[in-house]
Amino acid sequence: MHATDTLREADRLMTVCNACRYCEGLCAVFPAMEMRRTFNDGDLNYLANLCHHCGACFYDCQYSPPHEFDVNVPETLAKLRNDSYAAYAWPGFLAGAVARNGLIVTLLTAASVAAFIIGFVGFADSAALFSAQAGDFYNVMPHGAMVALFGLVALYAILAFVFSLRAFWRDINGDNPSTGVAALGQAVRDTFTLRYLGGGGGGCTSEDEQPSSQRRLYHHFTFYGFLLCFAATAVATLYHYAFDWRAPYALYSLPVLLGIAGGIGLLIGPAGLFALARRRDPILVDDAGTGMDTAFIAMLFLTSLTGFALMILRDTAAMGLLLALHLGVVFGLFLSLPYGKFVHGLYRLLALIKYAAERRRQTFVD
Amino acid sequence: MVDLSEPFDVVVVGGGNAALCAAITAAQAGCRVIVLEGAPEFYRGGNTRHTRNLRLAHDGTTPTMTGPYAQDEFLDDLYRVTGGQTDKVLAELTIARSSELLSWLTEQGVRFQPPLGGTLNLGRTNAFFLGGGRGALNALYRRAAALGVAVLYDAPVTAFTIEHGFFMSAAIRHAGQVKSIRGRALVAAAGGFEANIEWLKQYWGEAADNFLIRGTPYNTGSVLRMLLDAGVASVGDPTQCHAVAIDARAPKFDGGIATRLDSVIFGIVVNRDGSRFYDEGEDTWPKRYAIWGRLIAQQPGQIAYSIVDAKSIRLFMPSIFPAVEAQTIPELATKLELDPVTLTKTVDDFNAAVQPGTFDHTVLDDCTTSGLAIPKSHWARKLDTPPFYGYPLRPGITFTYLGLRVNEQSRMLLKDGTGAGNMFAAGEIMAGNVLGKGYLAGIGMTIGAVFGRIAGEGAAAHARN
Repeated sequence: MHATDTLREADRLMTVCNACRYCEGLCAVFPAMEMRRTFNDGDLNYLANLCHHCGACFYDCQYSPPHEFDVNVPETLAKLRNDSYAAYAWPGFLAGAVARNGLIVTLLTAASVAAFIIGFVGFADSAALFSAQAGDFYNVMPHGAMVALFGLVALYAILAFVFSLRAFWRDINGDNPSTGVAALGQAVRDTFTLRYLGGGGGGCTSEDEQPSSQRRLYHHFTFYGFLLCFAATAVATLYHYAFDWRAPYALYSLPVLLGIAGGIGLLIGPAGLFALARRRDPILVDDAGTGMDTAFIAMLFLTSLTGFALMILRDTAAMGLLLALHLGVVFGLFLSLPYGKFVHGLYRLLALIKYAAERRRQTFVD
Repeated sequence: MVDLSEPFDVVVVGGGNAALCAAITAAQAGCRVIVLEGAPEFYRGGNTRHTRNLRLAHDGTTPTMTGPYAQDEFLDDLYRVTGGQTDKVLAELTIARSSELLSWLTEQGVRFQPPLGGTLNLGRTNAFFLGGGRGALNALYRRAAALGVAVLYDAPVTAFTIEHGFFMSAAIRHAGQVKSIRGRALVAAAGGFEANIEWLKQYWGEAADNFLIRGTPYNTGSVLRMLLDAGVASVGDPTQCHAVAIDARAPKFDGGIATRLDSVIFGIVVNRDGSRFYDEGEDTWPKRYAIWGRLIAQQPGQIAYSIVDAKSIRLFMPSIFPAVEAQTIPELATKLELDPVTLTKTVDDFNAAVQPGTFDHTVLDDCTTSGLAIPKSHWARKLDTPPFYGYPLRPGITFTYLGLRVNEQSRMLLKDGTGAGNMFAAGEIMAGNVLGKGYLAGIGMTIGAVFGRIAGEGAAAHARN
C-alpha cells in the first residue's frame, strides 16, 4: 500500500507507537498520530514534517534497537522527510536535485561565482572592477541588472515553493476544510519559538543522550539571523524605491545595522549547528540527508562571511572581486532554495498549521 | 575505571527505579556506591523500563496532576485491592512518603507530564513520567553518574557471602570473570522472578511454557532465591503473579505495554474449543484487566481469542498487531484455527441471548445477556456486523508477589524474626510486604521509590557508622 520502504517502515513504527503512546508528551508527532488508527502516505509525510528531530523519543523508547521491535522514529522520519522534499519538488524532474543537493549546491555556487567574475570582467569597466569605488557596488554591476537577475531567480523560487507546498498540503490535508486564523497563529508561535525542539521540556538530544537547549539556541541564531538579513534587504529596497536613498548606506543606517545583526546570527548559528551535527548520535541521523544539511548551513555561513568581507573592504580595490564572490554565493543559495534544506521550514510550518487545526477540531481521522 | 578491590560503602544489586533511588540517596549521604545491574545497558532497569507513572498522595497543587489525592483515600484503595493482605505499618509508610516523591524525583532530574488522551482516568492519582519509564530511568542514571555512583552492566550476582545475617560480599560474573565486590551494606533491588519459566513451572506446571513475559528476560529472581536460601524471611504468596491478557503474537519477553489489548469487553472471548469461559462484561476494563491473564492460563493451551465486530473495532486502543479479519464467523474461525461449527454456535447462542439496551462502554451499561450459563453482564451487543475481528490472547506475566520480608527501615528480616545487620531490600523484591495481592496502577513504582530511598538512607547510615 505504500510506495517506498521508508513509508512502510514509518507505517510500521507508527503502529507500534500508537499501541504504546508513552511519548505523547514529548512533541506534536505522537498526539497527531493518536488521532489516527491507520496511516496513508499523506499522514506519514505530515508526521515526518511535524517531527523536529529532537531525538527524545529514541532515548525514551523501551523498543529502540537492539529491541526486536527496532523502533527508531527520529531516523525513519528524517529519511521520510528528506524523501518528501524530493517527492513534492517542482518541477518534478528536478526531484533528483534534492537527493544530490550537496554536490549540486557546490557546483551551482562555484559556477555562479565564476559567472559573476566573468560577467564583471566582460561587461563592467575593468578600471571600475579593480579599483576603489568608494563602496559603490553599482559602478561594478548596475542596480537594474542586479534587481533583474535576483528578482528573476527569487520569483522562480517562490513559484517552485507555491507548487510544492500546494502538493504537500493537498496530500496531508485531504478534503478537510481549510484552517482558521487561530490555527495559523498557533503554528507561527510554535515555529518562532521552536517549541518542538524542546523534547517536551528538557531539550534536544543534540550532543548526547542528555537533553540540552544548544540546538534550539543555534537554530534561533540561524533563523533570526536569516530573518534580519531579509529585513535588511527589504528596508534597503524601500529606501531605494520609496525614498530614492541609494546604497551604499552608512554603517549606522538601518539596513546595515540589520544586516550586521543578521550576519552575526548567520555566522554563529550555522557554525554551532555544524558542530552539533558532527557530535550527534549517528543512529538518529539519515546519512543521505547530511550533504543537504551541510550544504545549506555552509551556504548561509558563506553568505554572511562574504557579506562581511564586502562590507569591511568595500572601499578598497578588492570590492569588485568580493562583490562577485558574495553575489555568486547568494545566487547559488537562491537557485538551490527550492531543492535544499531551506524547504524544511516551509513544510514544517504547514504541518504545524495542520496540527494546530486538528487539535482545535480534535478530529478523529481514519 | 572504578576500583573494585576496595570495599564499597553500599552495594546495590539491581538497576531499576528502587535500586537507583537507593544508590542516589546513599551517594548523597556521602557514600561510595556501586550498582550491579545483571542486564546489559540497553535492558537496564528491569520492569521500570516498561512503567509509565507512579501513584502518590498529594494535595492537588501539582501542575501535572488533576488532584487532590489524600493519604486516606490512597490507603483505602490499597486496602481494597489487597483485601487486607498488606503490612499496615509499611502500607501507611509507603503512602506517607509517597507525597515526597514528586519533588524528590524532580530534583533528581526526572520529568513529568500532564495526563493526556488515554490516561486521564489516572491523572489525579498518578504522576506520569515524560517519555515513560525509560525516560525516568535515564534521568536517574544521569543523576547517579553525576554523584559518582559506579555502575556495572552485565554483572549478575552469582553468590552472596553472608555471615550470621551480615552481608560481606557479592560474587559477580562480569566481562568473562568472576569478581568479588565487598561492601559495608547491601541493598537488594533486583525484582521478582517473572522471567524464570522454570520457577513459574513449580506452581503452574507445563502451562508456564505458554506464558509470555512482559518485561526483560533478566528478571530471573536469582537474587531473591539466594537471599531466601541465606535465611531471609519471605513474604507474599509464591504461587501468585500479576497476569494480564496480551496479544498472543507478542514476543516471549519484553513486549511491554504495546502488546496490551483492550478489546475484551467489546465482544466475546472464546477458548481453543470455541467456547466462552468467563463474563467479559463483569466490570470496567481497568478493574478486570488483571484477571484475564489468570483466566486464560487456566484454559487449554493457555490461549483464547477475543472476537469483536465492526461496531466495536474503533472503540479501543489500536493494537500493535493487526486483528485477524473475516466477513463471516466461520471464515474467522478458520483463520484463527478454531472449529467453525462450534464458534458459530457460540456466537449464535450469544447473539440470541443479548437483551435490548443502551450501549455505553464508558459506564456499566444495561446491555446484558439472558439465559446463558456464562452471562455477559454489560456491553453485550450482538456480533452481527461484518467484518468480524479476532485477536489471539495469552497470559502476559508482569510481576510476581513473592518477596523478602522487611521492616520500616527497609531492613531485611531473617527467618528468626530479627533484622539483618546490614541488608536492605527495595522495590519489587519486597513489594509483597505492601501489595500482598491485587494491583493498583503505579503502586510498584511508588513502593520502589519510597523503599529505595529508605533503604539508601539505612544502608548509608550503617556504612558510615
